[in-house]
Amino acid sequence: MRFLFKTDYDQDIRLFKHGGQVFWYGLLMALLLAAPFLVDEYVMSQLHFICIYSIVGLGLMLLVGFTGQISLGHAAFLAVGAYTEALLQAKGVPVFISLPCAALFSAAAGLIVGLPALRLKGIYLAIATLAFNVIVEEVITRWEGLTGGNSGLHLKPVEIFGVTLDGDAGFFYLCLGLTVLSILALMNLLRSPTGRAFVAIRDSEISASCMGVNLAKYKTLSFAISAALTGIGGALYAHKVSFISPEQFTLLQSIELVTIVILGGVGFLHGAVLGAAFLIVLPQLISLAKDYLPANVGGTGLQAVVFGLVLIGFIIFEPLGLYGRWLKVRTWFELFPFYRKGMFRRQKSYMKSERLR
Amino acid sequence: MSFFKVANLGINFGGVVAVDKVSFEVRRGEVYTIIGPNGAGKTTIFNLIGLIYPATSGQIFLEDKPLTGSVPHRIAQLGIARTFQNIELFEHATVLQNLLIGRHRHRAASLWQELLFTPAVRRAELAAREAVEQVIDFLDLAKYRDSLVAGLPYGVRKVVELGRALATEPRLLLLDEPSSGLNPEETDDMAFWIEDIRRHLGVTVLMVEHDMNLVSRVSDRVLALNLGTVIAEGTPAEVQAHPAVIEAYLGKAA
Repeated sequence: MRFLFKTDYDQDIRLFKHGGQVFWYGLLMALLLAAPFLVDEYVMSQLHFICIYSIVGLGLMLLVGFTGQISLGHAAFLAVGAYTEALLQAKGVPVFISLPCAALFSAAAGLIVGLPALRLKGIYLAIATLAFNVIVEEVITRWEGLTGGNSGLHLKPVEIFGVTLDGDAGFFYLCLGLTVLSILALMNLLRSPTGRAFVAIRDSEISASCMGVNLAKYKTLSFAISAALTGIGGALYAHKVSFISPEQFTLLQSIELVTIVILGGVGFLHGAVLGAAFLIVLPQLISLAKDYLPANVGGTGLQAVVFGLVLIGFIIFEPLGLYGRWLKVRTWFELFPFYRKGMFRRQKSYMKSERLR
Repeated sequence: MSFFKVANLGINFGGVVAVDKVSFEVRRGEVYTIIGPNGAGKTTIFNLIGLIYPATSGQIFLEDKPLTGSVPHRIAQLGIARTFQNIELFEHATVLQNLLIGRHRHRAASLWQELLFTPAVRRAELAAREAVEQVIDFLDLAKYRDSLVAGLPYGVRKVVELGRALATEPRLLLLDEPSSGLNPEETDDMAFWIEDIRRHLGVTVLMVEHDMNLVSRVSDRVLALNLGTVIAEGTPAEVQAHPAVIEAYLGKAA
């Protein structure tokens, strides 16, 4: 077990708390940088998706896990990012301009959705965002002049300063770089006053506002940042699949994104990345398992059933998600043999003030 | 110039007049207590001051500037902090994080600076920590610094909430029943702290309280309410002896 002797307040602020973290994250980074030389094309492709869904998951984690606002419409932001990127690329705009534009347009859409969030809570907010998802999907389908409707849009590989990133390695480094930047930006945000204001809103709106937190401002801000990250993810997604059409951005996609957050662990940045990895790996495992299943079981509905069961299982048995499970395993080893079963059990909450409004 | 003044404050919930034409004035540096039987409208007055309820009538002034018509988060930025009767902490955060949110009104950095965590943000964070550590020292919370609020006993939460309000460096502190749910020993501590807050930190305290021992020990002046109207005002001894107060609590002699 590691004991940290703190002699400086900066030790609570810095990103890496001890040498062990520097070592393990450094090793992970080195492995990822070396990945294009170590693994085959197929695994690379999965790594692309994991990075892309990690960025989206991080965005959604900020909103759901840290600000406590639910969204069942994040596929809409994904769509805004993807279509912005596709249309700008078709106009010949370079990627280092079109990518920020995708983020900006998504953020603008996020602001619009953030406005009802000021009045709606919980399930009602979920329904409002769900409606937004349907509206965006419908607009994309009908606005054929701009989006090509159901026939979709094609994208060329990313080009940076005349270098085309059509190989696996180049595009992977772009996705990985953006994932790392997103993580760093969110970590910075969460250790500064804005991040604390988000958490305050999540835990008690009334006392957040009594501490001087402008609820309207921070809720819309959270929606905007979340949507911006999702927009970047959407733009990368569009490049990855190189063809986008409305049926990729349906309600089901939104639910899959929420699944990332729940499976990964609500309230942990690690959770977003773990959830994304799980979401990408699970279908592979299912298709592997299909070979050993009777033909009438391994049908098309199998994936949905497994996803549903996994989601239900996590909510019942491990509400803290994959990262919460990892924390428990780590604590078990750190404290061996003194780990107790109830160590992570949430204590009973005391009565709250009469909820105002 | 008056420090804090409430003039003719009133609110109706439908047909119920919860607070009716209440006026009082709090002097700088005093402990002013509002007492009254259940349903007298004490907490409602706090919620009116915090602009959580819109007042039906009347005005609230801090240093002669009207607060009514503003928004709740502005109240905190003006230097009014409050605690809640039934504790409203950020449950899934540590004590330290809870107190740091109290520093929210002192933040200065823009969003971009925070995303990059520039040296200015780091300095501000260290300064905020320094200020919070003083509150932790003051309230003797050091051993709970890194515990999650969700796992703390009730008495400690009550102190954490007081600490969070103090971390804002308020000019006026509103305490809603600081001793409710505390055992006699904890209530005693609370009384010492309220005296210290007034004497050493120079913060004016406006408090709602039921425990008459605590009230007479720390208060300079007391306001008694019943059914939303003022029935007496004066020193603790005067108010306790006031016939209207005795009647409100015990009823009229047959």
